[in-house]
This record gives sequence, C-alpha cells and structure tokens, in this order.
Amino acid sequence: MIGLVVVSHSAKAAEGIAEVAAQMGGGNARIVPAGGDEDGIGTSPDRIREGIEEADDGDGVVVLVDLGSAVMNAELAIEMATDSEAVIADAPILEGTLNAAVETTSKKATLDSVVERAEDARDYRKLN
Amino acid sequence: MADAETQREAVLDALDNVAERLAEEKEYLTDLDSAIGDADHGANMERGFGKAADKREEFAEMEPNEVVKNVGTTLISNVGGASGPLYGGSIMFASQELEGGITAETSVAFAEAYLDKVKDRGGAQVGAKTMVDALVPAVHTYKKSIEQDDLPPLEALAKAVDAAERGVAFTVPIKALKGRASFLDWRSVGHQDPGATSTLFILEELLETAEEYLDGEVDRDARAEDAVGRAE
Repeated sequence: MIGLVVVSHSAKAAEGIAEVAAQMGGGNARIVPAGGDEDGIGTSPDRIREGIEEADDGDGVVVLVDLGSAVMNAELAIEMATDSEAVIADAPILEGTLNAAVETTSKKATLDSVVERAEDARDYRKLN
Repeated sequence: MADAETQREAVLDALDNVAERLAEEKEYLTDLDSAIGDADHGANMERGFGKAADKREEFAEMEPNEVVKNVGTTLISNVGGASGPLYGGSIMFASQELEGGITAETSVAFAEAYLDKVKDRGGAQVGAKTMVDALVPAVHTYKKSIEQDDLPPLEALAKAVDAAERGVAFTVPIKALKGRASFLDWRSVGHQDPGATSTLFILEELLETAEEYLDGEVDRDARAEDAVGRAE
C-alpha cells in the first residue's frame, strides 16, 4: 500500500491531520505524521526521512507538506531516503491528506493516482 | 595544488573560522531576522556550524571533499528551518565537485553548484531579498575573475566578497518576494536580509582562511563597511 507522510511545522498539526485522514481511510491507510523539529515549531529532514522509511512498505510514499521549509526539507529527505520511492504532492495539507488517504486504500492506487487525488484538493471551495 | 592534508587543514580551519564568526554575529543575525523573519537565524547558524566544528577530530582522517560533504550533512541535521536544506543541502550537493581536490577550477565548480542548488531548492532569483542576492554577485564575480581574468584565487575570492557585500546592501531597499519575509510584503522594505548577511560572513571567513593558506593579503576594493553594519 502507498504510504503517506504528513509534514507540518507543528508536530500536533501533523498528528491531528494524520488522525482525521486515518479515519477517512477506514483505519487501513499508512499515515505517518512527521511535524515539528527538535526545537518545536519547524520541520526536520531527518524526521521526515524516518517518516518516509516508516510509511514505505515497498509501494512508495506520497508526502504532504505545509509551507516554506517543509517543502525544502521534504525534498531533501526524499533525496536522503534512497531506498524509498517518494514524491511530494502539491496540495493543501489537510484536504490533500484526506483525499490521498482515501485513494491509498483503493486496490488500484498508484503513486501517480494518489498524488493526483491529493492535488484535486487544490480546487476545493468551502462555501458554494 | 596543495597536498590533500593541507587542503583538509584549510577546510577545517575555514570551518572553525566560520563557526566562530557566526557565534560572534549570532545576536546581530537574530536582530535582522526578528525584523522580517522568525528571529532564529542567528541561533540556527551558530548551532549548525558549531556542531560541525565540534566534529573536527572525526573529520581529521577524511579527504577534503568528504569533510565538506560531512559539514553539509551536519548542517542539515542541526540548522533547522529553511537554512538547513539551503546551506547544508547545497554544501553537501556541491561537495562532489571537489572530489579531485581543491583547485581554482574545482572551487569555481563548487561555487556554481552551490548557487544552482540554492536557487533550485529555494526557488529564489536575484531581487527577491534572499541569500541569492549575495550569492549571485559573489559566484559570478569569482568565476569571471578566475576564468576570464586569470586572477589568482585569493584575489578572485576578495572580489567575490566585495560583490557579496554589495549584494547584501541591495537587499535593504527591496521588497521580499521569497521566504518568511515575503508575508510582510511592503513592510519588508528597509530591512537587510539575514540570509544574505550570513552568506557574506561565511565568504569573509573563507577569504580570511584563504589568506592564511595562500600566503598574503589582498586589498579589497573600497567597501561600505558601515552600510552593512556588522557587530564588532
């Protein structure tokens, strides 16, 4: 199954998003939160790399990110996690993770399809 | 070309000098960063380079390019924020250009690879009020001085430092387009970019170290030392 890693500047936000998304995925999705850094608010390439390795069962990993350094550190972590195939989805972190979680539980899910579903969330509107 | 042992010593001394300088400038960098960022640049840079300098003994048996690479990975794990990937990741990436040893030619390749990685990773161009504004003039000037003007590396590096200094000054009157400061929009105008500033400090220490190893001092162009306002 494709794994998901949630990278937020806040460890709590990453955990919370993973929690909500896990419920959407019927409890079967592989979602690993990798938020915060040693000092608290921030992102850590080492933490993200460990998250990728934990989330990967061999089928690959999609990484969901919030802002700025989260993107750069996720890129760096992907370069460091040489044994895993991992890609970043260009999606809003909460909605994208929910979509991705649902897609990963589909039997036909691929890295591409999970990224695509996550990125569908870019167009979501909250009010009609 | 100096032998591998001398090169390694030079790299280790450069590392010490940079770590020491960034520790001295910690408060100044933090002040700059509190105006337009999240006030952690001084502490982050001090911690990262400090940890790398602490590994001097561990690095003592490595090839010069391996030392540089390991400085990069140490920064990645210890700097934090966007500076970890921007400084550490770029040093790590560019270190492969030094595999054959450090020469005028490979130092240009290193500088270019570092700049390319910073631009690629951060997505900033000149004029966005970032470290790129110091790096681009420095790297372009260094390359041109070596490749076109046939200047000795020490003189080329001195010109590069001057160019970086002008780049730092340029970050003051412009609006931030990248990084945390860009959220401030027009309020970022009038403040000097911390990343460009720490980049200048690093280059100044590289020059300082190069002067020791390449025997001799060079007069730098007239500089607006006060305009950059470093801590003394």
